[in-house]
Amino acid sequence: MISAIVRTAITGLRRDRASLALSFVLPIAFFTIFAMVFSGQHDTIPQVKLIVVDQDHTLASRNLVRGLEREGSLAVSTRPESKDPKAPAPDYTAATAEAAVKAGNFPVALIIPAGWGQHPLAFNGSDGKAPEIQLLNDQSDTIAPQIVAGLLQKAAMTSMPASMAGEGEKYMKQYIGGLTPEQQKRWDANMAQLNAIEKRREDAQAAAGASVPDSSSSFNGMIKVETRGVAGEHKNKNLISFYAAAIGVMFLLFTASGSAGSLLEEQESGTLDRVLSSRVTMTTLLAGKLTFNTLLAFAQLTVMFLWGWAVFHLEISGHVSGFVVMGLCTAFAVAAFGIFLASMCHTRGQLGAVSTLLILVMSSVGGSMFPRFMMPEAMQKAGLFTINAWAIDGFQKVFWRDLPISQLWQQVSVLLGIGIVLFVLSRRIARRWEYS
Amino acid sequence: MSTAVSAPAAVAALPVEVTGLMKRFGGLTALDGVSLRLEPGICLGLLGPNGAGKSTLIRAIVGRVLPDSGHVRIFGAEASTAAARQALGWIPQELAIYPRLTCRENLVSFGKYQGLGGARLTEQVQWCLHWAALEDRAGDAAGMLSGGMKRRLNMAAGIIHKPRLVLMDEPTVGVDPQSRNRIFEMIEHLRSEGMSILYTTHYMEEAERLCDRIAIIDHGRIIAEGTSEELVRNAFGSRSEVTARFSGNPEEIAAWVKQRGGTLSEGAAQFTVTRPTEIAPLLDEASTRGIGIEDVLLRRPNLESVFLHLTGRELRD
Repeated sequence: MISAIVRTAITGLRRDRASLALSFVLPIAFFTIFAMVFSGQHDTIPQVKLIVVDQDHTLASRNLVRGLEREGSLAVSTRPESKDPKAPAPDYTAATAEAAVKAGNFPVALIIPAGWGQHPLAFNGSDGKAPEIQLLNDQSDTIAPQIVAGLLQKAAMTSMPASMAGEGEKYMKQYIGGLTPEQQKRWDANMAQLNAIEKRREDAQAAAGASVPDSSSSFNGMIKVETRGVAGEHKNKNLISFYAAAIGVMFLLFTASGSAGSLLEEQESGTLDRVLSSRVTMTTLLAGKLTFNTLLAFAQLTVMFLWGWAVFHLEISGHVSGFVVMGLCTAFAVAAFGIFLASMCHTRGQLGAVSTLLILVMSSVGGSMFPRFMMPEAMQKAGLFTINAWAIDGFQKVFWRDLPISQLWQQVSVLLGIGIVLFVLSRRIARRWEYS
Repeated sequence: MSTAVSAPAAVAALPVEVTGLMKRFGGLTALDGVSLRLEPGICLGLLGPNGAGKSTLIRAIVGRVLPDSGHVRIFGAEASTAAARQALGWIPQELAIYPRLTCRENLVSFGKYQGLGGARLTEQVQWCLHWAALEDRAGDAAGMLSGGMKRRLNMAAGIIHKPRLVLMDEPTVGVDPQSRNRIFEMIEHLRSEGMSILYTTHYMEEAERLCDRIAIIDHGRIIAEGTSEELVRNAFGSRSEVTARFSGNPEEIAAWVKQRGGTLSEGAAQFTVTRPTEIAPLLDEASTRGIGIEDVLLRRPNLESVFLHLTGRELRD
């Protein structure tokens, strides 16, 4: 008897492809995504994009820059990319580097100030002898500045040994009163060797331009760094806007697909037939559903951000226009996505399974579950195919970076484009409902 | 009537004119060259068993099914054109209403879909609520109504724009006898207002009660058309129908019934006789053959008999 019940259930499950997908495909997809993000089991190491501005132009600063360039975990840029290889762009300045971080193009920038090479080491904190390296960071990425700060110390200790030793000698003389003539002679001989090593490295680097990974041990705290957030600074609750957008978009997708599912309900009940036998055409009907779903999604986002403002002190007052622009574009794309899914599916149950599968995968890859900067580069690029990524980026520009509406053109264009393409596709697929 | 040709002016005025309609769904022929005309102010019943092609024909007239060949004209306009849609009201077999909306909200929505607005819409909604006897339930969600009330609301939504032609696709399916009578009264009210009605059903009694003319459809073809009396007369002339139940060896009974030109259905044998006096020799012969007689009924043939006579099947098969 029990075996008959089990056999019936297995047959039912085998023929319900939607349930099968939810049972097996979704967990595997999620497992893979989380494993790729958190276990490092991927081919490409997530590199931190870093701008370095060398205002010092000494051997020590050049060696430090090269040391940073040798780090495989960093993608160092000293000048913006130029479309014309014959006319390279001018080097970053402190101002252009800060602007690039503010715009979200780079998470971190290092400014090596003029005069730093005279006293690169800072025992016992800053002794006021030399300016400190400035680390400008975007606070939406909490990991990148820590990686850069650590690798900066490592690069300093491994790429400029002569400078480090020279500085050490100065501090030794200051604190213990100098060396005997014999000790000084041996010290100078060693320094000559270290200088020769640095020189050879510089020459080899200039000749080959190759990056040689260095596996020397790190040594923290010798290089004094002043860290300054240039995006999202002075905001006590600045992660709230990220989560409002990230979680909001994910649930908007669920709501939109659920709401668009009314089309399938109406088709099953015969109401769709009756509506289409009246003066309402399929295009009018879909446009009406799209308008409703857009307004519903925008209302949801508004409620979410108002909750963030009321409970978590999210700053809305200065961002209303940006919110409206991003909110409407996101709502439009999400609504069209829902209608597209509904037009693709044949039953409400099928829509439920397909939408759950797609939305959860899109949300995880698109940054709704964890920030995209934590993902491998390939996955970050894959995220660009999701509504979530563009919507979250746009909201971050508004709430985090305080950028004007004109800076949202990329996100606005992509979201509107996604919405229009999906709506046109939905209209074509919906032909099957027009006539038997 | 089914394939008659009329003058162009008269054709333009006909509520429905269907010519040579063909529709296949894969290997299934749903409509096999159907031709049909509905005169103004007439209620034409489309009578046929399940799967005969009634709903497909109705949906083709509404414009929801694209025929493979043939034409449908509504008051002279091609089906599914704006003029045709405006002229007809469709009451589908399914409960095509919004269950979460109230009765009034449903009627307002469907009225707006038909282009109504303002005072005309308000007036029509009120008229429909009264017609469907739903005035006291106007504010209740449609999903909370009884089955009969949902049916009535479903009908009201189909005529909210007061069309000149109403297509009803088995509007009494799943309705209890009391509600069915209420629906009949609603339809008779529409007839009294001069609306042209095409009414599909597989209930003979409904067709006989409501319809001026009846078209019998089977396997996608119109096999007979006329008034109820015409159909019976054409099929049986002045003959009457004898239904008898016999006891004995079933095989012997079947063989004898066949030999006497009768048919067997659900254990009852049916014969036609020109005069009632022909019954006695029939029963004598049965007795002679050792077949027991349980009961005998003499009656004039009805539409059910016509259908059985024409197709060899019962309406509810």
